Amino acid sequence: MKVTALVQGGRQARSPAADMEEPWQQERRARGAWAAGVAALLAIAIAFPWVFTNPTTTSIGVFTLIYMAAATAWNSFAGYSGYIPLGHAVFFGSGAYTLVIAAQDLHIRGGYTVFALVPLAGAVAVAVAVPFGLVALRTRRHTFVVITIAIFFIFQLMAFNLGITQGSSGIPAPTPTWPAATFNDRFYYVALAILVVAAAFSWGIRRSRFGLQLLAIRDDEDRALSLGVRVSRVKLTAFALSALPVGMVGAVWAYFIGQVYPQFAFDPLFDISVALMAFLGGLGTVSGPLLGALILEPLQQYFTLQFSSNALYLVVYGALFLVVILLLPRGIIPTVRDRVASWRERRSGSTALASGPDAAGGVLSSEMAGGGVAGAAGGGAVSPPGPSGPAVRRG
Amino acid sequence: MSSAPLLLVDSACKAFGGVQALSECSVGVEEGTIAGLIGPNGSGKTTLFNVATGYERVDRGEIYFSGRRITRASPDRVFALGLGRTFQLTRIFSRLSVMENMLVASQAGRRGLRSLCTRAGSPGERRRALELLEFVGIARLASKPAGSLSYGQRKLLELAYVLVADPAVILLDEPAGGVNPSLINHIADRIRELNRQGKTFFVVEHNMEFVMSLCHQVTVMHQGTAILTGPPSTVRSDPRVLDAYLGGALEEDPGDGPEGQDGAGSL
Ligand SMILES: Nc1ncnc2c1ncn2[C@@H]1O[C@H](COP(=O)(O)OP(=O)(O)OP(=O)(O)O)[C@@H](O)[C@H]1O
Ligand SMILES: [Mg+2]
Repeated sequence: MKVTALVQGGRQARSPAADMEEPWQQERRARGAWAAGVAALLAIAIAFPWVFTNPTTTSIGVFTLIYMAAATAWNSFAGYSGYIPLGHAVFFGSGAYTLVIAAQDLHIRGGYTVFALVPLAGAVAVAVAVPFGLVALRTRRHTFVVITIAIFFIFQLMAFNLGITQGSSGIPAPTPTWPAATFNDRFYYVALAILVVAAAFSWGIRRSRFGLQLLAIRDDEDRALSLGVRVSRVKLTAFALSALPVGMVGAVWAYFIGQVYPQFAFDPLFDISVALMAFLGGLGTVSGPLLGALILEPLQQYFTLQFSSNALYLVVYGALFLVVILLLPRGIIPTVRDRVASWRERRSGSTALASGPDAAGGVLSSEMAGGGVAGAAGGGAVSPPGPSGPAVRRG
Repeated sequence: MSSAPLLLVDSACKAFGGVQALSECSVGVEEGTIAGLIGPNGSGKTTLFNVATGYERVDRGEIYFSGRRITRASPDRVFALGLGRTFQLTRIFSRLSVMENMLVASQAGRRGLRSLCTRAGSPGERRRALELLEFVGIARLASKPAGSLSYGQRKLLELAYVLVADPAVILLDEPAGGVNPSLINHIADRIRELNRQGKTFFVVEHNMEFVMSLCHQVTVMHQGTAILTGPPSTVRSDPRVLDAYLGGALEEDPGDGPEGQDGAGSL
């Protein structure tokens, strides 16, 4: 406090504070553009099943939305904290089993009532995530990745062997009696609703205090700790919250698929897919995982339908992973954003300097940006030589 | 000056495997002073800071801060009590912008769940952060990614964000290491200015000129023990100091040089 007094007395410290007004206004305008863009995308998503009525297409739409939500939720932990978990299939599976078991126990035969179990599935996923996180988050980096995989296999093993999951014979989901032509649409819209919540959540985290704490943990956890960030609590909260949408889409998936088997509910490929989607689009950005899932999931569905086997798709995935790591280590969104920023700068070289000190207001305004590139994207500053793709290496 | 030191390390012992980094080390820092800590490489200065701020646990001995025992306190608790520090190899959040770095530091003590619904950095916090950045002279870099700062600028950023939470005592581990001379003077001025406002400093530094001109009291460490404390004039002329430096240099290879490889480390 004393420093404040001193600094203010000592010189005209006013100017930077006064300059903040303008970036705030700029930000408001940018926010309007964003809102319009998001509304347009949402409208397209809502209209999609009306335009493309073919059940095969809408079915691909359902899977894509499920994975978009899952990748977004996964990223809202992994992308911001820098921890790469490969055990979110546990939450997906827990959600799936919750729905079918609860529907069986409550004698729900089908219809819309089944969707009422989706929030319950999310809650169960969170309840599973808390002890999971308590154990796994004691470790860091590679050890953390390995621990999450190990815990995943424990859960898959339990699903095979416990009585409540009825082993490898699986559990049937309720069968709704909706007309075949619009059968998929119900699932589509429920998945879309979950996706919207997950995306809004991811976006909200990115600009919140909580999100800043997570990003600080990603860069230097011990330093964050010493600055008063309660790292264990922040990590665990983020981890548990990221399980919520995953559990919910797991439940929708179970209802949609019609039968839950251990090897598909607890599928090791789930995390590989979700992680690849996030990496491809841009780890730690809000839109990256959405874009990644939008590209990869239809591709997977296409391969599965076309060649009715997962094997080819696996080869494609492996190749894609290599391509992403080698050519786009930071993912599509951050790469494109940097290109655009430097292009804009070249176009309006001197004006960029004039709006230089937009610092204070602008920094966090670019919440759509992934952590470190925020500054570069927001201000007109020279694009930094910043660390390229460290998040990739951390995994 | 008060009778009991504000920060007191009492007979601290700390071993890493076979290396006795601290042995029966006792140091006190009086409130309102700038205290210095010198000693050859590997004499345990950084280790002393680490045990005082909760980054390492002492094997034996006690640490008190304003009369409170903080021997086993965690780093966040120590910081919350008002004991801030910087690191020898600067530790900043390299993928966050400079402003965001400052805002992380103003998060201290915020509740987890409520922080989910609050926007990072209220206008007041931003203004204060900007003032502190001005204070250390890097306000114009506020929107830059911290990873793009130079070594000296990082030192200044670290100092600025330690100041955000307004700690009573600040431990500086080699604030002038690898910093150009004009910036060194700048840092020294800032430290003096803050000290005049009542902040207490404890500074590790190899730059003797810097230490001797800045500090009121200087403690000399040698092989994990504080061998001598006194005003700069006496310390400068004490034969034991020269012995420590020459002897220390011959006996043991320095663990980590001040120049380190910060660039690589912060990636
Ligand atoms: N984490 C650790 N693990 C093992 N040994 C350590 C560790 N930290 C410090 N040491 C050892 O303890 C001794 C004291 O180290 P310390 O870093 O405290 O020295 P210093 O006085 O800060 O030296 P410098 O002036 O080079 O920074 C050294 O021998 C060092 O190798
Ligand atoms: Mg040291």
